[in-house]
Amino acid sequence: MGNILFEQVTLKFSGMARPAVDQVTCEIQSGELVVILGPSGCGKTTLLKMVNRLYEPTKGRITMAGKNIKALRPTTLRQKIGYVIQQSGLFPHMTVANNVAVVPKLLKWPAQKIQARVDELLQLVKLPPADYRDRYPAQLSGGQQQRVGIARALAGNPDYMLMDEPFGAIDAITRSALQAEILRLHQHLKKTILFVSHDVDEALRLGDRIIVMNAGRIVQFDTPFKLLTQPADPFVHQLLGADDMVRQLGQVSVDAALLPLPDPFHADQHPAVEANANLRDALSIILKTGAPELAVVDQGKPVGRLTLDHIRTCAREPNC
Amino acid sequence: MAYLLNHPGEIATLVWQHLQMTLTALAIAILIAVPIALLINRVRWLSVPVMGLLGIFYTIPSLALIIFLVPVFGLNATSVIVAMVIYTQVILVRNLTVGLEGIDRSVLEAARGMGMSLWQRWWWVQVPLVLPVFVAGVRISAVVAIAIATIGAKFNAGGLGRLLFDGIQTNRIDKIWAGSIAVAILAFALNGLLLWLEQCSQPANQQ
Repeated sequence: MGNILFEQVTLKFSGMARPAVDQVTCEIQSGELVVILGPSGCGKTTLLKMVNRLYEPTKGRITMAGKNIKALRPTTLRQKIGYVIQQSGLFPHMTVANNVAVVPKLLKWPAQKIQARVDELLQLVKLPPADYRDRYPAQLSGGQQQRVGIARALAGNPDYMLMDEPFGAIDAITRSALQAEILRLHQHLKKTILFVSHDVDEALRLGDRIIVMNAGRIVQFDTPFKLLTQPADPFVHQLLGADDMVRQLGQVSVDAALLPLPDPFHADQHPAVEANANLRDALSIILKTGAPELAVVDQGKPVGRLTLDHIRTCAREPNC
Repeated sequence: MAYLLNHPGEIATLVWQHLQMTLTALAIAILIAVPIALLINRVRWLSVPVMGLLGIFYTIPSLALIIFLVPVFGLNATSVIVAMVIYTQVILVRNLTVGLEGIDRSVLEAARGMGMSLWQRWWWVQVPLVLPVFVAGVRISAVVAIAIATIGAKFNAGGLGRLLFDGIQTNRIDKIWAGSIAVAILAFALNGLLLWLEQCSQPANQQ
C-alpha cells in the first residue's frame, strides 16, 4: 500500500500556450479513492498519465510510497499500477481469460497461478468464469467489457489503480451498476485509486476526496461534502451546482442526521429508511409517502427517526 | 492439356522455376515492405510521398520495367525478381499501413499502460491484429508476381512463360494452351493456399 505525492508537477506540451498541468502539488493517501474532476482540457487525464509515465512531467516530481517513480523502468512501474481506460482497450484477438492474464504473464507468474487468478478475478467482477473465460471481447456488452477491463487491471494485484473516465461511454443504468461495483471493490481491496471523471454526480458518488481542476491547476481538493458546502471559488460552485440542495443532501448519510427514538416508538407505523442511505433518499421517501416522520432501520432494527423539519435544518446547516 | 500430361518432367521443372522466382521475390518484397510500413506508421507525413512513388512504379508496364533493369542486373532471373519486388511493394506497404492504422488506439494505449515493452507490444498485439490484412496483401502480391514471372521467360529467366513464348514462336497452339493452363492453375493454387492462411489468421471473434 502507498500514497501518491505530486510535488510542483508541471507539463507543458511543445507548441501550447499554457502548461497542460501547472505546478500541481497534492497527496493522495494510501487506500484513498480520489476523483480528478474538471471540464475537458483541464489537464485531468494528463495528470493521471504522468503517474504511470505515459507522459513525463517537464518539471516537478511524483513519488509513490516515498519512491520517485523515475527510479523504476517505465514497464516495471506500469506493471505495478492497474490501468483502466474509457474504451476498455481490451485486446480483440484474445479471450477474456487471456486479456486478464496479460500482466501476470508479464510478471512471469507460473501458469497454474495465472489460471487461478483469472478465475478469481472474473468471479470478483461478477462474470462467472465458466461462461466468460473463453469469450472474445466482441461477444460482450460494453458494461461487461469494462468489467473485464477492471479485472485485467487488478490481475497483477497492484497497490494502485488509475482509471481514465472508465464509464464515460457506458449507458446510465450500467454506469450506475459499475460505480457501485467500484465502491464495493474499493472497500474490499483498499487500493489507492485515482479516477478521472467529468461527471459531477459520478465524482460525488465515488470520491473519498475530489480534486477539482481547471486550466491545468488544482482549484480545490476536498471531500464531496466540503466542496458542496464550502466551494473555494465561483468555478467550483458552478461546476458542482452547489446551489442544488437535493444534491447536497445526497452527500449526508441518514446515519449522521438521525434523531433519537422517543420512548414508545412504533417503527411499523412509519415508512422505513436504511441507515446507510443518504438524506436525499430519505427526502424522496417522505415526498412519496407523505409521512412526516421516517423510521431509520439498520438490519431490520429501528435505530432512530428522521423528520422533514430535521432534513430541512440539515440542508441549511451542514453540521446539524 | 495433353501436352501437360505428356511432358511431366519439363512441366515440373518449369513450375519449379516459376515458383522459385515468385517465392524469392515475395520473400524479399516482404522484408522490404515491413520496415517501410513501420516507418510510415511512425512518421505520418511520409505516407503520401512513399505511396505516391510506389504507385508510380506500379503504373509502369512490367515489360518496360524489366527492360530498364536488364542493363543493371543482366539478362536473367534477377532482373525479373527485382521487377516483381518493385511491383508488389505498393500492395504490401499499403495493406500493412492500413492494417496498422486499423488497430484501435485504445488497444495500443492499454498495451503500453499495462507495462508491455515495445517488443511485446509488437509480437503480442500488433502482429496478430495486422496479420489478416497483411496476408491478404501477400495473396494479391503472389498473383501479381506469378503474372510477371510469366513474362520473365522473355528475359531468359525460365518458368512457365517459356511454354507460351515457344508456342507463339513455333505456332504450337497446344504449347500455348499448356502454358496458360499451368500458370492459371499455379495462380489459383497459391491464391487458395494464402486465402486459407488468411482465414486462419483471422481472430476468432471475427470469424
